[in-house]
Amino acid sequence: MSLLADRELAWMIGGILVFLSIASLIAWVLKGRARSESGQATVANLVARIRAWWAMVFVFGIAIATGGYGSLVMFAIVSFLAMREFMTLLPTRRADHRAMVWTFFLFLPAQYLFVAIGWYGMFALLIPVYAYLLLPSLQVLAGDTEDFLARTSRLQWVLMICVFCVSHAPALQMLDILGYEGQGAKLLLFLVVVTQISDVLQYTVGKLFGKRKAVPSVSPNKTVEGYLGGGGLAVLIGTALWWATPFAPWQAAMLSLVIVLAGIAGGLVMSAVKRDRQVKDFSALIPGHGGVLDRIDSLCFSAPLFFHVTRFFFT
Amino acid sequence: MLLERLVSACLRGLCRLFTGAHPRWLCDPRSLAPRVYFANHCSHLDTVVVWSTLPEALRERTRPVAARDYWGHGAVRRFIAERVFDALLIDRKAAEGAEQVEQHRQQTLDAMTGVLDSERSLILYPEGTRGSGSTVQPFRAGLYHLARARPAVPLVPVYLGNLARILPKGAALPVPMQGQVVFGPELRIAIGEDKHMFLERCRQAVLELAGGRA
Repeated sequence: MSLLADRELAWMIGGILVFLSIASLIAWVLKGRARSESGQATVANLVARIRAWWAMVFVFGIAIATGGYGSLVMFAIVSFLAMREFMTLLPTRRADHRAMVWTFFLFLPAQYLFVAIGWYGMFALLIPVYAYLLLPSLQVLAGDTEDFLARTSRLQWVLMICVFCVSHAPALQMLDILGYEGQGAKLLLFLVVVTQISDVLQYTVGKLFGKRKAVPSVSPNKTVEGYLGGGGLAVLIGTALWWATPFAPWQAAMLSLVIVLAGIAGGLVMSAVKRDRQVKDFSALIPGHGGVLDRIDSLCFSAPLFFHVTRFFFT
Repeated sequence: MLLERLVSACLRGLCRLFTGAHPRWLCDPRSLAPRVYFANHCSHLDTVVVWSTLPEALRERTRPVAARDYWGHGAVRRFIAERVFDALLIDRKAAEGAEQVEQHRQQTLDAMTGVLDSERSLILYPEGTRGSGSTVQPFRAGLYHLARARPAVPLVPVYLGNLARILPKGAALPVPMQGQVVFGPELRIAIGEDKHMFLERCRQAVLELAGGRA
């Protein structure tokens, strides 16, 4: 399936480009208006964010347009970069080295390989069963029991979040939905669009109308207004995209709600991780956004949920 | 020539992938005058990382000092050391007897001053051997003798962070993580500065760049 052959896909991507162009235009207008120092800083960050969005949409667009394998490779790279960021923050010991090597060079490629060949059983079991048992075995064979439970838990957690959860996004393309064969790319695009637009709108609504802090001890920038307004708008946008999915409008609304709620939980959980490790961002790889993991924190949670809810009800 | 450039590009790409290394410069990264970069040593990656984060113009005129017993061993390593890094291979094992030790020291020093005299820079590790990465060990006297021999050449402390976790001693494969490379402000030896004070000052200069992380 390609961009040219599927008109709905072309409409979705066209819509994203229009949306980004409007955002760039707004940022350009705001740039001339910001007077105060904090206002200028906010606008500068906004400009950096929008510029990075163009780059991300470009990369993702190419991945989608090159068919299933393109997006598979892209998400494998995303997993790699996310895991590299996460591992950097972990207090690991010398005895963990071998297990960490295996997470990168065996489990990460194997997980994406199983998605590529569409082997659902191994895709679902590789990390929760095989890696779950093999990694602590490798760690214990290194003979260091200091802090063992915490060390092995951290490693499991990183692999689950960065590889297992993220791989559910491209795996949407292996679902066999009646009357929707070979159109999985649109399902992936639906997930990514609703997840990311929810983030963007929560940020925007929060900045414009936010008053009541939602969870000040975890993430001081998150507001009740941002969650309700941004999340609500994202559900509306998701619903309005029903024509590109195998869902009826009300089903698209329900699934968008699942995506938005999971995304909020993901954002908060990853914020808590950053607080715990005493960093502001996972890295500085994407200007204006932080690290790869800062950008996909909500996707880590929404992808597996959306995958399994869709799989349960529609296949 | 082509093979060297290809290997060089691959090494730099892999280094980027596995260490995400982005240099932070507190001295002028454009200065082409010869310098002595001295870094903490905790991984076989150290030389690759410093070498690959130098801007191309500096990289071409910089020669890492490397131990012959490791880098001179095997065809691949020797090719990388001699043809890609253009490393200055030195013998770490000192000969027996005081006279031979002195002679060996002088030879090593001559080789290093020779590089500086030909308008090129050096990368060296004054700790001598790789540490665990958790501390910086006391510096050996080589840096002092080199600074005394060429007091006008600026010395640049370099802090390498996290590389011991990426490729620790005894490990064959690296774990990709973000490393740190900080090139500190230039320093020089003072006239009549005591050997131990000078070496400790240099060590502190590296530790300062760590910002409490080492």
